[in-house]
Amino acid sequence: MKNLKFALTRLGGMVLVLLIVAFCTFVVFYLVPSDPALLACGKPCTPENLALAREFMGFDEPWWRQFLTFLGGIFAGRTFGTGVTAIHCSAPCFGYSFRQNADVLELIGDRLPVTFSLAVGAAVLWVGLGVAIGVHAALRKDTWFDRAALAGSVIGVSAPVYLVGLLGILVLGFQLNVVPVGNYTAFTEDPVRWAWGLVLPWCVLAFAHGAHYVKLTRSQMLETMSEDFIRTARAKGVPERTVVGKHALRNVLLPVVTLTGIEFGSLLGGAVITERVFSLPGLGGLLIEAVHGRDLATLLGCTLFAGFLVVVANAVVDLSYGLLDPRARLT
Amino acid sequence: MSTPVARSVPAAISAVLARDRWALAGTVTVVVIALAAIFADVLTALEGHDPYTYDSSALDVNTGLPAGPFGGVSGDHWFGVEPLTGRDLFAIVVHGARTSFLIGLAATLVSIGLGVLVGAAAGYLGGWVDRVVTWSADVFLGFPYLVFMIALGAVVPAEFPRVLLLVVVIGFFGWPSTARVVRAQVLTLKERNFVKAARVLGASPWQVFRTELLPNLWGPVLVMATLSVPGKIGLEAALSFLGVGVLPPTPSWGRSISAAIDWVGVDPMYLIFPGVALFAVTWGFNALGDGLRDALDPRWGGNR
Repeated sequence: MKNLKFALTRLGGMVLVLLIVAFCTFVVFYLVPSDPALLACGKPCTPENLALAREFMGFDEPWWRQFLTFLGGIFAGRTFGTGVTAIHCSAPCFGYSFRQNADVLELIGDRLPVTFSLAVGAAVLWVGLGVAIGVHAALRKDTWFDRAALAGSVIGVSAPVYLVGLLGILVLGFQLNVVPVGNYTAFTEDPVRWAWGLVLPWCVLAFAHGAHYVKLTRSQMLETMSEDFIRTARAKGVPERTVVGKHALRNVLLPVVTLTGIEFGSLLGGAVITERVFSLPGLGGLLIEAVHGRDLATLLGCTLFAGFLVVVANAVVDLSYGLLDPRARLT
Repeated sequence: MSTPVARSVPAAISAVLARDRWALAGTVTVVVIALAAIFADVLTALEGHDPYTYDSSALDVNTGLPAGPFGGVSGDHWFGVEPLTGRDLFAIVVHGARTSFLIGLAATLVSIGLGVLVGAAAGYLGGWVDRVVTWSADVFLGFPYLVFMIALGAVVPAEFPRVLLLVVVIGFFGWPSTARVVRAQVLTLKERNFVKAARVLGASPWQVFRTELLPNLWGPVLVMATLSVPGKIGLEAALSFLGVGVLPPTPSWGRSISAAIDWVGVDPMYLIFPGVALFAVTWGFNALGDGLRDALDPRWGGNR
């Protein structure tokens, strides 16, 4: 019962945040003087045609009515226009792009596998390597390994992803010709070529993001290893492997989980840049196309989707906190 | 209760620079590039070029690539020239430094200023102010700000000054993290006797903030500001990289790096110069900020 109540409050909070994101984005986009109907009405654009296009797209109503219609569309779907020319966008309808003549949700769904492949593969690499290097650096404090790990992480933290990516393409792709540049194969088509094509982006992202994990894990590990419960564990004869791998690592993983959640939440924003560098046809590409085509419906849909990712990532972080740290379990 | 920081901010800075050679190197890097940004006009006049003039004589006629090795580096063009346009790359990089510093510092000022005011109000006043601030900070941290900024870059009309837009937007989305830290600091400061005394003597919240709280916040605020500048410079570069930041012809490192993508196989120097400048500034601020944090926050001492 208590758990159910907690889950419901949590869910309500998530929906509320998403509503606020939708509202802010909507207000900003529609108060800024730019008329999607004008773009769609063709040339020459007579006032009658313009009015017709506005009515068809639903832009003839006051903005707050439009917002309510938009929200209604999510639950009930919506139909633009009437008769034979009507376009139906079935529920959940997160908008319809008149630029691309497609349901925004479908557009996002088409591109999602690429971005997802990129992000998940890279995240596995960067969390795994980052934590492993951080732990080892802390255990071998002030050795050459520790210094090299620190120096590498300093570079990784300060170098922008696109710079590392371009240098990677330059050196590994063009000069040494070891990895392919700029072709994406769907996983369902050929898993080996899928992975091979993503190797460079994965490594680049892992280097740039893993650096934070090395720094964080190292300092957290140093702090934890000097605490009393570690001394107690050692004193009662627990093997060092267990002391590090179980007693210490559990504490180290808490901030790591938080950081992973935050980074996964901002995945879409980061993907825009990485995908541009490696010319991958993912969500970032969709967003940039929408920017250049002034495709407000797609922009709104992408922003909402990005907000959804953040909210879900935060919720997952909270849940995994409970798994790692019994003290933080839902009370 | 022990008093952790007994050192004044200027004393801490000089102590850091004397002891921590990485922080010193970072500071020198930042200062050198800052000077280049300030004296961009003088430097480019000295070299004899500006970042806007096209010059086809510096290009290879057939390919559009810079004439000469290493992207056309020579005594005349110190960093070579841009492919296809022949604009001087040194002039673009130093004027780009001006854009980066202007936006990075101004946006930091906005976000830190807002964060300190809002965080101090939440911590000191408590009650509903605290609840509203904490809650809005949560919402803000759940806001997909990068995607939102990209989208905003598309819909805001070109007449609106871009630099101002970037400063306001980047600055505005940065306040929650500062506010959280300041709120936590103020919550402990509030219980200290000198603040209690001021309150009992009838000082208004604004007076307490100015004379009692603010002097004790300079340390953490300085660390946060130093560490947040590179993020903001990087954000401007990222947005310009994506074509929704500073508009041409205003020079920007991010836009140059983006343009360099198409040339990276044949003219890598076009990527290297603006790229290294961006990396150097980011690293410099990070090194200085880390050093300051170690000096001002004893909890972090000894971990390096």
